[in-house]
Amino acid sequence: MLRILHQIFKIGTVTEPLSESNQLEILGTQLEQAVRKHFKGSLAIRAVDAGSCNGCELEVHATNNPYYDIERFGVHFTASPRFADMLLVTGPVSCNMETALKMTYDATPAPKLVVAMGDCAAHCGVFGCDNYAVAGAVADIIPVDVIIHGCPPTPTDIIQGVLKAIQG
Amino acid sequence: MRFAVNTWFAERLGDHGIHSEFLADHHPVHMPCLEIRLHDWEQAAGEARRLEMRMVAVWAAEAGKHDISVSGSRALYVYMAFAHPEHRHALLRTRLRDDTREVQSISGHYISACRMERTLQDMFGIHVRNIPDSRAWIKHEHWPENVHPLRADFSVTRMSVEPERNAIDYDYVQSSSQGVYEIPVGPVHAGIIEPGHFRFLAVGEYILNMEERLGYVHKGIEKAMQGRTAEHGIRLAARVSGDTTVGHAWAFAHACEYASNTAAPKRASYLRGILCERERMANHIGDIGAICNDAAFTFMHMQMQRLREDMARMHADVFGHRLLMDTITPGGVCRDVDAVSCMMLMQQTRTIAAEVEHLRSIYADHPSIQERVIGAGTVCIADARDIGLLGFAGRASGDYPDERIEEAYPPYDDVEVRVAEGKLGDVATRIWVRFEEIADSARIIGQLLETLPEGDIQAAWIPPESGVSGFAAIESWRGEIAAWVRFGEGGCIDRYFVRDPSAINWLGLELAVRTVPVPDFPLVNKSFNCSYAGHDL
Repeated sequence: MLRILHQIFKIGTVTEPLSESNQLEILGTQLEQAVRKHFKGSLAIRAVDAGSCNGCELEVHATNNPYYDIERFGVHFTASPRFADMLLVTGPVSCNMETALKMTYDATPAPKLVVAMGDCAAHCGVFGCDNYAVAGAVADIIPVDVIIHGCPPTPTDIIQGVLKAIQG
Repeated sequence: MRFAVNTWFAERLGDHGIHSEFLADHHPVHMPCLEIRLHDWEQAAGEARRLEMRMVAVWAAEAGKHDISVSGSRALYVYMAFAHPEHRHALLRTRLRDDTREVQSISGHYISACRMERTLQDMFGIHVRNIPDSRAWIKHEHWPENVHPLRADFSVTRMSVEPERNAIDYDYVQSSSQGVYEIPVGPVHAGIIEPGHFRFLAVGEYILNMEERLGYVHKGIEKAMQGRTAEHGIRLAARVSGDTTVGHAWAFAHACEYASNTAAPKRASYLRGILCERERMANHIGDIGAICNDAAFTFMHMQMQRLREDMARMHADVFGHRLLMDTITPGGVCRDVDAVSCMMLMQQTRTIAAEVEHLRSIYADHPSIQERVIGAGTVCIADARDIGLLGFAGRASGDYPDERIEEAYPPYDDVEVRVAEGKLGDVATRIWVRFEEIADSARIIGQLLETLPEGDIQAAWIPPESGVSGFAAIESWRGEIAAWVRFGEGGCIDRYFVRDPSAINWLGLELAVRTVPVPDFPLVNKSFNCSYAGHDL
């Protein structure tokens, strides 16, 4: 236990509004205000991989790491769509995930915000829309509020996209 | 590149009356492709098994330019690849009869071939005789019945989903015993992870059987690759599995380079090695944290996430991408590193390895986490050999295939790779192997950076003529990636097949979770961390 505490104190807080990234600081403040205003301080996101290569998932994980710590702005990822405010959908929607994505959308209470994350979610990316196994971009399957471009988008891009969706 | 022709397997087959013919349009010759007769197919697999070869993959392709085609339609060929620790890889293929399109199953000799054979049925409409499990695999219930996407006559760009077929249920393994209950999980999982379905049969707290249902992220990669040039196709190959982007891009590039008889310059191969080992470190670091997190040891998760982020940022600075995507091209690499970047890479690699060692001592010191991982989710050595478990999962169970040693492709012909030899095959050993590999990768990166040769980073890429194929086996962080590519007209790819290590290691997970308490499943699952995208293609 002492060694854990020692390590924690030695590393200190690496979370970054401090000086590392000004962009993140401004984003963070705006995000926190928006979450407080529109979602009473808590925004629950359900991440849905609808056919991603897993690259986007790694960057969604990174938004939770100690540098970005998206949870400090009141944003957290939830296990069920039943109490989610937002769906964060990645990947071109594969034919085999189309039904599951629609069911997840239907299970989410209104008003459900949908963020399509990554080039694949936006326009099928390298996999192409003229592909037998791809049902389409996310917007072809369910209504989308905001698109985040990038392959994959960086954690800062993701935070920005989430902010845009709740301000919009 | 000059290699001696590998005749070992052909001779062994000849001893048992199996006639084989060496194919001259396949490269490299030290991993030859032999054509055998259809009626010898199953016996040849049995022979490979007796020779203690590992089954690498089973796949199919329509006839290439040099292959026989009767009556206008393209003949179908089935391929299988085996590997021997000393005698390397050998590919076998056979031509199916146009009227029956039948082949004998080899699953009796190699059980891990079964899902690959099921995929042959789905994708090509090949009838696999005596297959122990004939259910569709990648092709889910809602697909129209008679579509075979990898056949040339398949021209559908969008699958017309038939709503009434949605009601059909997959025939899961069931138990009629009293007290056995089912837990269906997925495809949308609780965490931020890829989709797949797990069906548990449980008794009380314990798992009796867990059955995987995959294919949800099938994106038609093999079909989408057809008609692309190698330069264009590598962007797709790099996205077969996003966490293994270097491994997959390298396997693709290497297969293409073998086919066209091009060798990447030495400096490029060193840089590829550095990229691949950095990818190995980053993924092991992330996974160790995530395994500990599943046992509520959040401290370790946060510390490891911090280190992983440090690596991602350095990758963005030095190589232009946080996850190292699109850094490899056919013939070389895209970006060179200058002296300053080398210094930064060297320094960070050392710091991170030292930090991981320190965290490892804290991990080892905590009975609360040790209690959870020791003895959990065991795969014994006999099972590991039986299914041909790959990578760190194989090395944790006492089976040590490592292509960096067996195939010793550049730069691993210049550096020594030390294999962590685990035995117990539980979660603790898989974590131990990962810790060992982080340290060894750091050492390899240091050595590659110190001895980085001067010179070009890109050889001129000239695609081979139509009908020529190449095969490569690359040790990614999860284990061996096997890639086979055949070129068509105009330097375009005519067929690409890739086998991610997950295609085999998923079976290891099914074995590991038997008699494990249900709440330990996430822990065991994370210790394997198989790729869904890499499996589903």
